[in-house]
Amino acid sequence: MQTKRTIFGNKGLPYLLLAPQLIITGIFFLWPAAQAVRQSFLREDAFGLNFTFVGLRNYERLLDSPEYLNAIKVTVIFSISTVILALGVSLVLALAVDRMIRSGRAYTTLLVWPYAVAPAVAGILWWFIFNPTIGIMPYILENWFGYDWNHLLTPSDAMILVVVAAAWKQISYNFLFFVAGLQSIPNSLREAAAIDGAGPFKRFWTITLPLLSPTTFFLLVVNIVYTLFETFAVIDATTEGGPAQATNILVYKVFRDGFVGLNFGSSAAQSVILMGLVIVLTVIQFRFVERRVTY
Amino acid sequence: MVENQRWLDYLAHAVLILGVVIVAFPVYVAVIASTHEPTAFTSGTIPLLPGANAVETYSGVFEGGIAAQMSVPIGVMLTNSMIMALAIAFGKIVISILSAFAIVYFRFPFRVLAFWMIFITLMLPVEVRIVPTFEVISNLNMLNSYTGLTVPLMASATATFLFRQVFLTIPDEMMEAARIDGAGPMKFFKDILLPMSQTNIAALFVILFIYGWNQYLWPILVTTDDSYQTIVAGIKRMADVVDSEPLWNSIMSVTVLAMLPPVAVVIFMQRLFVKGLVDSEK
Repeated sequence: MQTKRTIFGNKGLPYLLLAPQLIITGIFFLWPAAQAVRQSFLREDAFGLNFTFVGLRNYERLLDSPEYLNAIKVTVIFSISTVILALGVSLVLALAVDRMIRSGRAYTTLLVWPYAVAPAVAGILWWFIFNPTIGIMPYILENWFGYDWNHLLTPSDAMILVVVAAAWKQISYNFLFFVAGLQSIPNSLREAAAIDGAGPFKRFWTITLPLLSPTTFFLLVVNIVYTLFETFAVIDATTEGGPAQATNILVYKVFRDGFVGLNFGSSAAQSVILMGLVIVLTVIQFRFVERRVTY
Repeated sequence: MVENQRWLDYLAHAVLILGVVIVAFPVYVAVIASTHEPTAFTSGTIPLLPGANAVETYSGVFEGGIAAQMSVPIGVMLTNSMIMALAIAFGKIVISILSAFAIVYFRFPFRVLAFWMIFITLMLPVEVRIVPTFEVISNLNMLNSYTGLTVPLMASATATFLFRQVFLTIPDEMMEAARIDGAGPMKFFKDILLPMSQTNIAALFVILFIYGWNQYLWPILVTTDDSYQTIVAGIKRMADVVDSEPLWNSIMSVTVLAMLPPVAVVIFMQRLFVKGLVDSEK
């Protein structure tokens, strides 16, 4: 690991400087994480007084329960849809802004502010728009397309609602990174292709998109992490996992099973599985950052 | 541009205008809704043109107590959110700049271990270890307190990494010169490192302010007492009414107020915001 060529010689000072961060990390991160691992091997009796060691039983039950398998399925559908929607829309917008010479900055300002909107607030906003009795979208869907929207009853409607809210919130983030990625592509490459007779669409597929792949890969990982963990607030503010578990994603289920169901062993086992998942994703992200994927 | 194709320019403008409209639409609807009377929502659909009730709605939510679910005056929640956002942003910066300084400018036993302990925090968001984290704060008697609301969120690997990168780019000669002039480590830190990382600190502050303001799960876990409620966590409670119609105009005015400070920060400090966002992802 890198340090400076010359360093300070003090013995105690560096520990003092690190202390606040390490204390907080220890108490609020490492200790709870260790507790989660410990609890995942225990079962609590109904009064919360006795714990029995049950080995991997909590995990086995989890992987056998149809509800957990459903949560995995729901999470996969939710993540993939949100990521595709958020990346697709922001890429199109970034490509359009990249053409603009003078108005680019103004458009950027108008497009980036949703980054500052809290996921919970984003959820509330879309929940209002899609409200089955007074919402504007159900009204349009009913009168123009004859579709009876009700996310309180129809699982697929609920899923669409949370995907739209989650993706809306993420568009500005992706947009900024795509714009930066596009700007780093040398114009000479596109000009050379244009001279060789490649039209705008051909240039996009053969030059822009491949050269944008590092940015896209980076955003892919960041967006997956976002959909898996940070969308908790979107779900809680809109559907609360319903109807009939249709939007009960893994991270929300940990919360429900722990605080509402009071099933600590199962919740802890779910926590441990999710921690494993986060670690894998973070390692992928870091290896990428170290190397910046070359083509 | 590569060649002059008018239709592509028109297409790009059309796409962008459509994008801006889609992105702004939910907020437009919320602002409009907050200017109407509660009765405007009992029949038909959400109004799309402004109403005449804006002043009443907003003064109503500031006074609080319009109805059971609006019992917490909005001023209290805004203050709590502001305290939380500022404390988290400030605390994170102080804590991580100190630890980055220790890691870069000193060599001591367990340095690599300390680095990895910090690294690990990045991997474990609160959401995945909710129950045990809640137990820790309740055992430490930190429920319903500003300490519980802010301190546990102050450890951040991202900020430490960012400052580490910044320090590594500062030439070694700086420090050698400082040492020759007889400056100790803390003097060097205060007189050279801090001024040299000013823009990074400002950029990070913008991002962390937004992060702190937008916290949702954490305030829900830590606060049950209304006087510690933050605005983002409070909206949900207002919208959750079982036996009566939600007061849509009030809920939407609270939503607008919850968005205003962080959105203003992004719009008015766009350059710092973009820098902070890009830096903290490196």
